[in-house]
Amino acid sequence: MTASVAQVWEWLEGVPDPEIPAISIVDLGIVRDVAWSGDELRVAITPTYSGCPATSMIQRDIVSALHEHGLDRVRLDVELSPPWTTAAISASGHDKLRAYGIAPPNPDIAVACPRCGSTAVECTSTFGSTPCKSLYRCTACREPFDRFKCH
Amino acid sequence: MNAAAVDRSRFEFLLRAGDNGLILGQRLVVLIGHAPILEEELGMANVALDLLGHARMWLSYAGEVEGANRTEDDLAYFRGASEFRNALLVEQDNGDFAATIVRQFLFDTWHARALGAWSASSDERIAGIAQKAKREVDYHVTRSGDWVARLGDGTDESHARMQTALAQLWPYTGELFIADDVDRELAARGIAGSPEELRDAWLGDVAAVFARATLSIPEDAWTPSGGKRGLHSEHLSYLLAEMQSLRRSVPGTRW
Repeated sequence: MTASVAQVWEWLEGVPDPEIPAISIVDLGIVRDVAWSGDELRVAITPTYSGCPATSMIQRDIVSALHEHGLDRVRLDVELSPPWTTAAISASGHDKLRAYGIAPPNPDIAVACPRCGSTAVECTSTFGSTPCKSLYRCTACREPFDRFKCH
Repeated sequence: MNAAAVDRSRFEFLLRAGDNGLILGQRLVVLIGHAPILEEELGMANVALDLLGHARMWLSYAGEVEGANRTEDDLAYFRGASEFRNALLVEQDNGDFAATIVRQFLFDTWHARALGAWSASSDERIAGIAQKAKREVDYHVTRSGDWVARLGDGTDESHARMQTALAQLWPYTGELFIADDVDRELAARGIAGSPEELRDAWLGDVAAVFARATLSIPEDAWTPSGGKRGLHSEHLSYLLAEMQSLRRSVPGTRW
């Protein structure tokens, strides 16, 4: 079976990140390219953090999602270069992170509490529950929250 | 120079890079559950994960370059101490928290400089891994540097412990900058710059933080070396025994 590249992108947008299921792997910028090579679909992906335990789950999820849509011949090409950065996260990805309670990684604006919007926040730990996040606390509403690191 | 010799140097380089990450990562993971505060526990676990991630990329490539069908897991779990190529610094015991942090800081600062240089490797795969790892290691440098400053310029007790740890670990930094035949061949081929070239910049990096920390850098004297050739302290065998025992006693086991 075959499908248009645009259709494949749409399917991949339905594959959530295993650690932050509010955002898809396409929003995260993990999927770099989709192309047919004869009757084999090639999906180029890039890992986020080198040690992220979700990386192998993401690869498995991509293949199984495409299998469910009837694509049997899928090849994943892992590209390291250029390295992934948080600049690859889409605008809709930023909105979804915020709605999920995670301050998105925007180096140009002050970190704001995803609950009350205040910028009166403090970083409590550069390293958080996953490699991609830091721990913050809002001093206005007292909410502790995660911030996606600018990387 | 024949192709087989070049591959051997490349293989050695990848083992050295991979083993540094693997061994220091293993040192750090045993502290999980024992860190002084929760945030530090997370920090240590994250740094260890990054280092293990880098080790996987280096060792997978090492296996491909060797061409003997060894995977990253084969290289991690089925080599003895004399086949490991990590620097002596990273296998040193965790000691107290001062020793853990000083070891980390001395390594992180070297690591960031080395990855910066390797990012320009003529081997695109090495350059790609180095560029990716560098972005993560910059965080490591900030974290361990902040701790060095805070504990060095802390209480009398923390200062004394940091100065003692520095005296113990400083001699092991010399090895990081000594070039051997493998390094010279890699430099000639444009695969990796000579380790000697990193020393001045690294010294500047660490001196700036030690000044903030009110710690004095020990005199250069005795320089133990040999890690890159497989001559290790006895610490490494104990570490490997723990790290490898499950895989060796139950071959082929998977999580």
